[in-house]
Amino acid sequence: MRVPLSWLAEYVDLPDSNVELSRELTFAGLEVEAMHFVGKPLPAKEEGLEAKVSGFEWSPEHLVVGDVLEVRAHPDADRLVLVDLFDGEEKHVVVTGAPNLFAWRGEGPLAQPLKVAYARLGSQLYDGHKKGWHLTRLEKARIRGVESYSMICSEKELGISEEHEGILLFDKGAPAAGTPLQDYIGDVVLDIAITPNMSRNASLLGVAREVAALYGKELRTPTEGVEMAGPATSERISIEIREPVINPRFTATLIEGVEVGPSPYWMQHRLRLAGMRPISNIVDITNYVMLETGQPLHAFDYDILRRRAESAGAGKPKLITRLAESGEKLTTLDGIDRELDDFTILVCDEAGVLSLGGIMGGAESEVSDETTNVLLEAAGWDLISVRRSVQAQSLQTSEAGYRFSRGVHPAMASRGNLRAAELMRRLGNGVVCSGIVDEYPTPPEPVRVDLPLSEVDRYLGAELPKNEVISHLEALEFEVEDQGESLRVTMPDHRMDIGTGVVGIADLVEEVARIHGYEKIPETQITDTTPPQHGNPELEIEERVRDVLVDLGLQEVITYRLTHPDREARIRIPGEEGEEVGPEASYVRLANPIAADREVMRRSLLASVIEIVETNARTRESLAFFEIGKIYLPRPGAELPDEPYRLVLALSGSRQSASWLGGEGETEAMDFFDCKGVVEALVDALHLEGVTYEARSHPSFHPGRSAVVEVGGTVVGALGELHPAVRAAYDLPGSNPVLAAEFDLDALLARRPEHYEIREVSKYPAIVEDLALVLDDTTPAREVEALIRQTGGARLVDLELFDLYHGEQLGAGKKSLAYRLTYQSDEGTLTDKDAARLRNKVLKRLERELGAVLRG
Amino acid sequence: MLEIFEELEAQALAALGTAASSEDLKSWRSEFLGKKSRLQQSMAQLGKLPKEERPAAGRRVNTVRQALEKAFEEQTEVVKQRELEASLDAESLDVTLPGRPRSRGRLHVSTQILRRIYAIWADMGFQIFRSRDVETDELNFQLLNFPPHHPARDMQDTFHTVTPDVILRTHTSAGQIHAMRALHPEPIRVILPGMCYRYEQITARSECQFHQVEGLAVGKSIRMSDLKGTLTDFARRLYGPTTRTRFRCSYFPFTEPSAEMDVECFLCRGEGCNVCKYTGWLEILGCGMVQPNVLRNGGYDPSVYTGFAFGMGPERIAMLSYGIRDIRQFWANDLRFLEQF
Repeated sequence: MRVPLSWLAEYVDLPDSNVELSRELTFAGLEVEAMHFVGKPLPAKEEGLEAKVSGFEWSPEHLVVGDVLEVRAHPDADRLVLVDLFDGEEKHVVVTGAPNLFAWRGEGPLAQPLKVAYARLGSQLYDGHKKGWHLTRLEKARIRGVESYSMICSEKELGISEEHEGILLFDKGAPAAGTPLQDYIGDVVLDIAITPNMSRNASLLGVAREVAALYGKELRTPTEGVEMAGPATSERISIEIREPVINPRFTATLIEGVEVGPSPYWMQHRLRLAGMRPISNIVDITNYVMLETGQPLHAFDYDILRRRAESAGAGKPKLITRLAESGEKLTTLDGIDRELDDFTILVCDEAGVLSLGGIMGGAESEVSDETTNVLLEAAGWDLISVRRSVQAQSLQTSEAGYRFSRGVHPAMASRGNLRAAELMRRLGNGVVCSGIVDEYPTPPEPVRVDLPLSEVDRYLGAELPKNEVISHLEALEFEVEDQGESLRVTMPDHRMDIGTGVVGIADLVEEVARIHGYEKIPETQITDTTPPQHGNPELEIEERVRDVLVDLGLQEVITYRLTHPDREARIRIPGEEGEEVGPEASYVRLANPIAADREVMRRSLLASVIEIVETNARTRESLAFFEIGKIYLPRPGAELPDEPYRLVLALSGSRQSASWLGGEGETEAMDFFDCKGVVEALVDALHLEGVTYEARSHPSFHPGRSAVVEVGGTVVGALGELHPAVRAAYDLPGSNPVLAAEFDLDALLARRPEHYEIREVSKYPAIVEDLALVLDDTTPAREVEALIRQTGGARLVDLELFDLYHGEQLGAGKKSLAYRLTYQSDEGTLTDKDAARLRNKVLKRLERELGAVLRG
Repeated sequence: MLEIFEELEAQALAALGTAASSEDLKSWRSEFLGKKSRLQQSMAQLGKLPKEERPAAGRRVNTVRQALEKAFEEQTEVVKQRELEASLDAESLDVTLPGRPRSRGRLHVSTQILRRIYAIWADMGFQIFRSRDVETDELNFQLLNFPPHHPARDMQDTFHTVTPDVILRTHTSAGQIHAMRALHPEPIRVILPGMCYRYEQITARSECQFHQVEGLAVGKSIRMSDLKGTLTDFARRLYGPTTRTRFRCSYFPFTEPSAEMDVECFLCRGEGCNVCKYTGWLEILGCGMVQPNVLRNGGYDPSVYTGFAFGMGPERIAMLSYGIRDIRQFWANDLRFLEQF
């Protein structure tokens, strides 16, 4: 909502500082987002203006009212004229191409000078020829052989509007030549963001009422009556409301014999400052009254309605408001043919549809230059209904729709209508027919709320004296009846945002707090009872997992949860069966995706993380990522999906970053065992018991380099090297393997023991010995290890594989595994004999059960 | 005889002065104090002296010997020190060369900010409550006092799913009802972190997904003054103990009265700078007293209970704190960005 301060000042006295005004309004919930300085001086930095600022000050010495005395033809150019102009001090010749001066070309000295905005040499102005707003300084030039050092300004050059076709022409009311323009039409325009609960303030009077309440000033409402002289309106028009819930009120006045023409300069100027284009006096008045009161209006050409009624065989025109029938059509005054929905309310006559109720008029019945009789509509519409239609018809730019879709009280209809009728009489020389036709089947009861004074303190923590509460409410035009401990408050009929009962109390407390000022409410500590403690163990463990992985050198990532099935399908080996991801899978699918590649909620966190490997692979040699996040799995028959948490880690590239120091294996590519090492360290940190790794094929991994991770026999995740065909689906340079692991975090964490016990550190020395075993290559290391551990029992305190060897001397199909065994007892020092006994036992079982022999 | 000792001492001390290495010292020692040294030999000859001269000569020899040994020790110390210095000198490195790189893991910047927020609220007795991302229109809007087609819905552009009335939550406020229904009639102090989604084009300034942390306190005497005090305490924990705050009227359908809280700019301390766009203030959260309908929808009688709620965006806080200009950096996960935190 753009609010020119000179206009606002008509209704309320404003404070001297517009910066202070802007701050007060902002703190009261009318956020001043921007201030446009149209010629008036900009505030000093110390004033601390927080709104965005635009515009510039019109220099009083340079920019003045000028009198055009004569418009002469340019000797060499048809599209230019020479203007003799008086600036209050001397005469000048100005060269201009403004087409709106051509009408006076060659007419000789003008009987009455034209009033224009004159810029002297050196003036600072916006460049009218450039797109956007660029300040420039007026310098001497020669235009087609004629010297030019000054100019007559367009609105754009002054920053009033985008208009640059012609120059700004004032009307006769303009002050004498030489008057600084700043004093005449300079202004400051506030751009106020109107929140949905403050629709009443989408008007000059609404904002003025707030200013009056905040500053304790009087509000000056235009109250002049209407001079009615014509025949009874009710003889010319009738109204039928078929949906009184959607259209609670419809009023009409008729203004006969209007002279359509431009509206006076002051009205045009105000409309422009408020961001609207002047069109004609009739249209301008409807817009002006809408901006002033908040009540949108619509003007019909009455003669068109009459002709339509005649052609439909009816008598006097009858306006009917009803819901559209499916498939009904209307061409609106923006020239668009619209198909209407059955929830859209229409204004019709007996010949058909006229306009979209509360949003936009139809092209056929709109007023034009030929109009002489104007039927003026002001109605009340249900906001929800209007909002649905505004959205369905994409008419968010409609000023009427904007206001009605946020709520305009039907009581405003007659006020707006009469105000506009009177202006049409005065500015359009029309005659207002007698009486207003007013269909208002069931005016709503005024909302009354009993506000116990204790409630103010209960909400705010601030005890306000009763008289202060009353004066804050009365300043906003609430009627207040003092009932002792409680106030009976009646809502004024320009607002619709006050509820009843407890809601109404909260609504009123907010109004009291707003006018009182939030800054006056004290800051206190909570004194209420401390709630029972519940904690969030799942999140605590999740955060522990993050810490462990960070300690292991992995970088956490957080990825988009919106993706596309085809993007996710890349994570699967092509041609493999399965419906986990991809076009066949069931997804949470968006009805209104923002981008074609983000139309579903992900089912695979692995796919998300591999995309991050892909985006970083070209800038980094070494990548180690993890993410903990949700995936979204629709459940058959359920409205909402499962949202389980997954943990994914991914590694690729060199084990460490290369350095000037070199170092063995430093830049070697990470492999399966780097990934497994991370998993094992995580398992260790979580104290998970009974974890096993089983070779198992996986839809994303290399068949010989993947394993599932089981805890106590339950699969909780998998790890492996990306299958070459999967790797190839991503844009990854080089040939380094990509290793990844994926866990069902909930399943993993569910198996975390609540308690774990530690081993005493033995005070007796340990015996360490190495065993190099030759085995069949197919024997999994896990079985060897399990057997050694089982046989070694409690005295085998540590077992570590330190070498894997394949070689000719072992023979084909054989491998050697070398283990370091540590024996120790808590009860005494083990002897070499003890160690030998254990070792023999271990070797025997290995030989018997796995065919292992000691390597010679 | 005694003169020989004098001469010997002078000679030995002179020789010791030139001993510059452990080797030199070793040979000096054997030359002047060893078994075959002149001193030793002279001592052997003491017996040849007349009887009355022997004690004096003996004392004299001992004095010289002790003097030499003491000098030797001293010189040894000097030489050792000198040798150590020489060896340290030889071992010296160009310490300006870079160190051996260690790979370090990091938390995503959003997690880092979330944890700071969690920690502060945990200290103030607010526990963490999480809820789902894919939500019903009822939980996300209707029960929070946004009726269908209400203009307040224009404030939050929504992703709808193909299932009617199932949407992606537009704010963590959706969790308020979940929390109230799970906890009533207990008093509540929780924060509700989570990912939210808005139907917005992805640009440098707007994202279609972002974190929010909602806060909710419900009890029989929770007042707006408590809201102001608690949130000011939070701001001071986040931005320093002298940080000022201010509260402006605002509008959210699920709170009333509603407010925006601004904090004094942490960079310029209110003087005005690039970060605060020369206003001295940063808008960091929306808040208000829980609207009576919302309390009732959560199972609390609004004539008995009151509550306050607030919501903040960790990514916005991070952007302000670190001068991040492009919000897309958060989910792009470019290491060159992530490694800076």
